[in-house]
Amino acid sequence: MKAAVVVFPGSNCDTDCFSVLSRVMKMDVSYVWHKERTLPKVDLVILPGGFSYGDYLRTGAVARFSPAMESVIKHADEGRLVLGICNGFQILLESGLLPGAMLRNRSLSFVCEHVWLRVEENRSAFTKNLKQGETLCVPIAHGEGNYFCDDDTLKRLQDDSLIAFRYASQTGEVSEAFNPNGSRDSIAGILSGKRNVLGMMPHPERASEPILGYDHGRKIFESLAGA
Amino acid sequence: MTTEAQIKITPEMIASHGITEGEYQKITKILGREPNFTELGIFSVMWSEHCSYKNSKPILKTFPTEGPNLLVRAGEENAGIVDIGGGLAICFKIESHNHPSAIEPFQGAATGVGGILRDIFTMGSRPILLMNSLRFGKLDDAATQRLFRGVVAGISHYGNCIGVPTLGGEVYFDECYEGNPLVNAMALGIMRTDEIVKGKASGVGNPVYYVGAATGRDGLGGAAFASKELTEESHEDRPAVQVGDPFMEKLLMEACLELIKTDALVGMQDMGAAGLTCSTCETAARGSTGIEIDLEKVPKRESGMIPYEIMLSESQERMLIIARKGHERKVEEIFEKWDLHAVKIGEVKEGHLMRVKNGAEIVAEIPAKALADEGPVYVREEKRPAYLEDAQKLDLASIAVPNDFTAVLKKMLDHPTLASKAWVWKQYDHMVRTDTVFYPGHDAALIRIKDTQKGIAVSTDCNSLYCYLDPFEGGKIAVAESARNVVCSGAKPLAITNCLNFGNPMKPEIFWQFHQAVNGMIASCKALGTPVTGGNVSLYNESPAAAIYPTPTVGMVGLLEDIEKRVPSFFQNEGDLVFLAGDTFEEIGGTQYLMIQHGLKKGLPPRLDLEKEGRLHKFILGMAAEGHLSSCHDLSDGGLALALAESCFDPHAPKGVVIDQLQLAVRGAVREDAVYFGESQSRALLSVKPEFKEEVLKRACENGVPLFQIGCVTGSRICIGDRIQVDVQEALSIYQSAIPRRMAR
Amino acid sequence: MFKATINVTLKKSVLDPQGQTVLHALSTLGFKEAQDLRVGKFFELTVDEADRNRAEARVREMCDKLLINPVIEEYALTLREEKSAR
Repeated sequence: MKAAVVVFPGSNCDTDCFSVLSRVMKMDVSYVWHKERTLPKVDLVILPGGFSYGDYLRTGAVARFSPAMESVIKHADEGRLVLGICNGFQILLESGLLPGAMLRNRSLSFVCEHVWLRVEENRSAFTKNLKQGETLCVPIAHGEGNYFCDDDTLKRLQDDSLIAFRYASQTGEVSEAFNPNGSRDSIAGILSGKRNVLGMMPHPERASEPILGYDHGRKIFESLAGA
Repeated sequence: MTTEAQIKITPEMIASHGITEGEYQKITKILGREPNFTELGIFSVMWSEHCSYKNSKPILKTFPTEGPNLLVRAGEENAGIVDIGGGLAICFKIESHNHPSAIEPFQGAATGVGGILRDIFTMGSRPILLMNSLRFGKLDDAATQRLFRGVVAGISHYGNCIGVPTLGGEVYFDECYEGNPLVNAMALGIMRTDEIVKGKASGVGNPVYYVGAATGRDGLGGAAFASKELTEESHEDRPAVQVGDPFMEKLLMEACLELIKTDALVGMQDMGAAGLTCSTCETAARGSTGIEIDLEKVPKRESGMIPYEIMLSESQERMLIIARKGHERKVEEIFEKWDLHAVKIGEVKEGHLMRVKNGAEIVAEIPAKALADEGPVYVREEKRPAYLEDAQKLDLASIAVPNDFTAVLKKMLDHPTLASKAWVWKQYDHMVRTDTVFYPGHDAALIRIKDTQKGIAVSTDCNSLYCYLDPFEGGKIAVAESARNVVCSGAKPLAITNCLNFGNPMKPEIFWQFHQAVNGMIASCKALGTPVTGGNVSLYNESPAAAIYPTPTVGMVGLLEDIEKRVPSFFQNEGDLVFLAGDTFEEIGGTQYLMIQHGLKKGLPPRLDLEKEGRLHKFILGMAAEGHLSSCHDLSDGGLALALAESCFDPHAPKGVVIDQLQLAVRGAVREDAVYFGESQSRALLSVKPEFKEEVLKRACENGVPLFQIGCVTGSRICIGDRIQVDVQEALSIYQSAIPRRMAR
Repeated sequence: MFKATINVTLKKSVLDPQGQTVLHALSTLGFKEAQDLRVGKFFELTVDEADRNRAEARVREMCDKLLINPVIEEYALTLREEKSAR
């Protein structure tokens, strides 16, 4: 598995993703500067978290016009893997690779904390080592992670089993009490129709080593490593 | 058209610039003539307290600044640098942004974070941690809530965007900060010892570059503004508040850190207080050279700006770069990569003059060293304040011992100063960079350094009520307690940075407080072997009502050689034995208990014996290194009862505790409330696996540390004898909801 | 030359927590008559184009491509002719 991490101006989880893939997962990984039009030959592209272009205008709205994004869209259209984390998820939404949009958190405040996720779908390269219904403790850190889509889109996501993760309790109960940002249907991560693109607000790269408190996020990278 | 050169300098103009008659004479002597309007402005900002420390310098000079690991000492550069071995060094500093935050909390706090980060990456180090010390009036007041909400959002906005984790710090609420909140921001960076960058202009002919945001009229006279007491009118001074752009700073930071890896860089200096003026004359003064810049070339955001305004503007996110001649293209390329525009605005010159031109016209010409280093210095009058006489008196007999100690504990857990600050730090991205090992809520924040075994522990601390009641003892305790926090995590204290927040130094009582507090800090710094690497002084912290309590905030940094030997603050295992280290005396004066339960801010604060403190540190560090401690938590605000409750409050796995042998830990007659809530110093709460009991007791004895087994970690209640009994979940819920409940919109 | 002003609000179907919070704040301040408050954003730009229809078409294109996220936002556009600076 070869991977590339795209660096936009304002990305700030680029080195974190790089570090987990190289140091922890021992993957072959490289950075791609946003001005580069062509991607190196890789299986997986990561769009990392951060504040690309300062999140001015809307989160991810400007980054999606970066030259590198043209290649990322092509890479995805060819059925290869793209993982967008946090701001990366927002960029995927703005670029149309995934449906929906992000609103400000219901609390109107930035929130950084550990949350529990329930695995809803393990039929993807990102989640194949996970068990349906198992829960993972992974941090979130965002001001605009309140996922929104219209009724038709939500129905399609549900019917086609494209919701990868929902916010839940430690025991897997999904309810508004465990929804940290007001996302529709407690959605924390969704897959594209072809299941080769995953966007998620929680940061698995921050929960991949025991010294950081939890290493549940590592299972996502292990799934990918074996893909 | 009248040019600035033709503006006549009047006595009123001199006075409105805060320049005294004596200072003006000094200026004319340095110049050998009268200054013009631009030069008057330049002198006024450089010689303001904020930039020149003219009122505090003689006292600051007495801080110990020597240490075996210090690579750059206090005052030499923007921030001190400490060697941590393995070819690595850390660089850290704390700075105030009190007055801007009082006027516009969000932007004031945000730009405070931006400024301290620039101080760190200017030295060539990558910022890896932010902390802060915040103080507000009483939280039940709507105006305080607005300030508090704004400050926290501003810090969160800036730190989160730039991607440096903010690991909490401290938050106090007390009416003395009403209308004059304190916002002290601390940053710490890491670098290779061979990549230290100096803020120095050397090499005649080397080009001087301006990089970053364009210059506008924002923050005009900010440095002078920070040196004035807040009055009713200062709310009209709103245009003086700068607006921060963390995205711009992120680009600047990455570009500057890329630039230091090349051989194109000679020196670097951020434009903070007094902007272009300060960076230009300081780099020249440090390099013992001259410098010449042309204001026509400076990128401007607004039209019609006059040289005076350009020189004094405090627009944020700007840097001055001294490059190596012949390497201009390299510098420009790096900044272009980051979509920034590096503009050559001048060059290093022979001689010692700072020459400022506007096109062909010379608008200012001042000897750089005289301007930067030879400002006025005053030894102010001191007088022991009269209030102390009464404030230090405390008749214990008149203070009723409560009947229901459980109720007292609950009341204290609900006090915003003692309650959980999760409402604050959950708004900060405290995990970005994936190095955060101890989250906020621990005694000290702890981060690892990837690819090494090392960890860095940081704590910010100051009990300003102690400082109000006894500035010397308070200053001593501020240093000792922050060191104790770091020690409790298993790290060895290395050095401190400090932010000295006081009232108007022209008042002899205030200056006495300042001098006493500094003397107290020095005593602890010397005894504990932690020199001062730098910091900042913020004077004139007075609202219309009164001066703030003296608040010398300490930022303590410690090194953990082996991160696996870290010690958490929370109880870890059911069945662990609980020990209290240190002696408990009848010390109620200046405690949170006395204030919250009895409404009194009186008495002498607890006494600190530095020898005892040192022995405690040695003992804890030894036991941590052996891996014998399951947890360790220092005793401070709220005393033993608070420390026990906090130790139970692991957010991911709360524990219960039963304390049934407390009588053994108290020697002599001590009132019951002092046992639970007194704040005797040099104490810590340890939890230990039963198999280590004998070893721990033996080692305490060898180190001369009194150690008492008082109970064990068990169940789901906090039980202190039969006098305090509460469910952990109930106590935790009070503790966690105290601030959110008050801040509900 | 036209001055375009674009008022952006969240679609009626999308929850606007910021608007609700501000409305609540107004209500606690005694402005009980305030109702249906929505928070939005505002763009103002000059379009160097002589023909009104072409100017409007270009601005709508800008909105669709970058300025507006049609999933959650809607906008109202007004164009005002300005004397050319040249």
